[in-house]
Amino acid sequence: MKRLSALIESFGAALIMTGRAFVSLPAAPRILKRTAEQGYLVGYSTLPIVTILLFFIGAVLALQSGISLRDFGAKELIGALVGESIARELGPIMVAILLAGRVGSAVTAELASMKVYSEIDALVTMNIPPERLLVLPRILAVILIMPVLTIIANVIGWFGGAIVCNYVDFIGISADQYFQSLKAYVSISDLLDGFIKAEIFGFAVMIIACHIGLRTKGGPREIGRAVTESVVTSLIAILTLDYFITKLLA
Amino acid sequence: MSLTRSPFPVRESRDPVTIEVSGMAKSYGPQSVLTDVSFTVKPGEIFVIMGPSGSGKSVLLRHIAGLETPTAGTITINGEDPRLEETRNRYAVALVFQSGALFNSLSVYDNLALYPLEHGLCPKSEIRERVMRALHMLSIENAVNKIPAELSGGMRKRVAIARALVMEPQLLLYDEPTSELDPVMSATIAEIIATLRDEFSVTSVVVSHDRDLALTIGERVALLHQGKLLAVETPDELRANENPIIKEFLNPRIDVTAPRFKSLEVNHD
Repeated sequence: MKRLSALIESFGAALIMTGRAFVSLPAAPRILKRTAEQGYLVGYSTLPIVTILLFFIGAVLALQSGISLRDFGAKELIGALVGESIARELGPIMVAILLAGRVGSAVTAELASMKVYSEIDALVTMNIPPERLLVLPRILAVILIMPVLTIIANVIGWFGGAIVCNYVDFIGISADQYFQSLKAYVSISDLLDGFIKAEIFGFAVMIIACHIGLRTKGGPREIGRAVTESVVTSLIAILTLDYFITKLLA
Repeated sequence: MSLTRSPFPVRESRDPVTIEVSGMAKSYGPQSVLTDVSFTVKPGEIFVIMGPSGSGKSVLLRHIAGLETPTAGTITINGEDPRLEETRNRYAVALVFQSGALFNSLSVYDNLALYPLEHGLCPKSEIRERVMRALHMLSIENAVNKIPAELSGGMRKRVAIARALVMEPQLLLYDEPTSELDPVMSATIAEIIATLRDEFSVTSVVVSHDRDLALTIGERVALLHQGKLLAVETPDELRANENPIIKEFLNPRIDVTAPRFKSLEVNHD
């Protein structure tokens, strides 16, 4: 019961933090530079690992589905299967998971350290809302960057599948056939559903990272604990939200 | 140390503030940190809160800065609640943290420019002027492009004071401004605190366990012991006070033949 009330309290505090951040939206022109910096950080730190991971996810997906579909004589559908899976599910999910691990953890560590070393208190005494200076630029950055990362993730994943189809003997379908099947089955609405998911996941990851960072109390040891909590909570949130968003969009 | 008379025309049009602490108490769960603390800080006064480690000095200062809510009693700045954004905006309450609390990701210049920039107080060229003036006053112009990690303890304290100055405060709060500093740097900081008050008539509250600092610059000194206020007196009155705790705090004896910590030994019989 105590844990449940702490959870509800924490959720409420996160909502208040988000509300305060958005109340500061009129100050957005003043935080453009900070938003651009954060956007660069989000993209720069996530992109290399997104490309590597999605390439191999596409490749493995093509390989696995190739083995199964070969038995049914439906190898031509590999493109559709890889294309849909990545656009609707794996692209946004993997980008969000990497965002939580690479960016969310760094954001929590930075804000928690600012809290522990009284920098947040200094902002409060200077009447500068931490939500405006630290949270809003990060939220805006992630909202702007997530669709870009997701597009790149999708394309790289699709190419990973195409390369496997083209060069693995027992699959033996050309990249052309693969992309024809992909184009025939993957629609704009599939891509849009993926973008919606990516935006919501990215938003949730950043809110969780900022909230846990800003409510850290105690000494330096708590910074590590906060980072772990941020990543674990983000992963749970991503997968839980995924279920409900998928159901809503179905 | 000579501080150039100058800077902040806006500041000079303001009056120093009065702080009223009345029946204030603070507990964290079952642990009581402050009990029934009451005093008034007069406008333009340097008021020192002194006491041994763990007596609740910094907690009291955080309450005056509006960072915490008392469990009981009230704290006001010119009759207004310091926790309110409007109060802090109106009186520009500046707190110099014990650690400096400088923003580690920003240069010294950006640390100082943050407040006027975020509040849109003046054009960028004027902000630069204000920042450089504050750095000049504290003789740390050469640190302008450094990041806090590159500064010594004394420099960090001075940058923190400069950052507070840029705010043109009517109330300046210092948390252990001389801790971890050598005697010469401590004396410099004490001179800075006194001079700033003289130059700008800012009300100053200094939390310290540094007896020399307290009795030198404080016009009145409050002595906290185990969360209770033992005395609020002028330095001379305090020196003459016969209370054994105060006497012991002001003139601690060092007796290696009968050390105090022996009394902590546990009897295993």
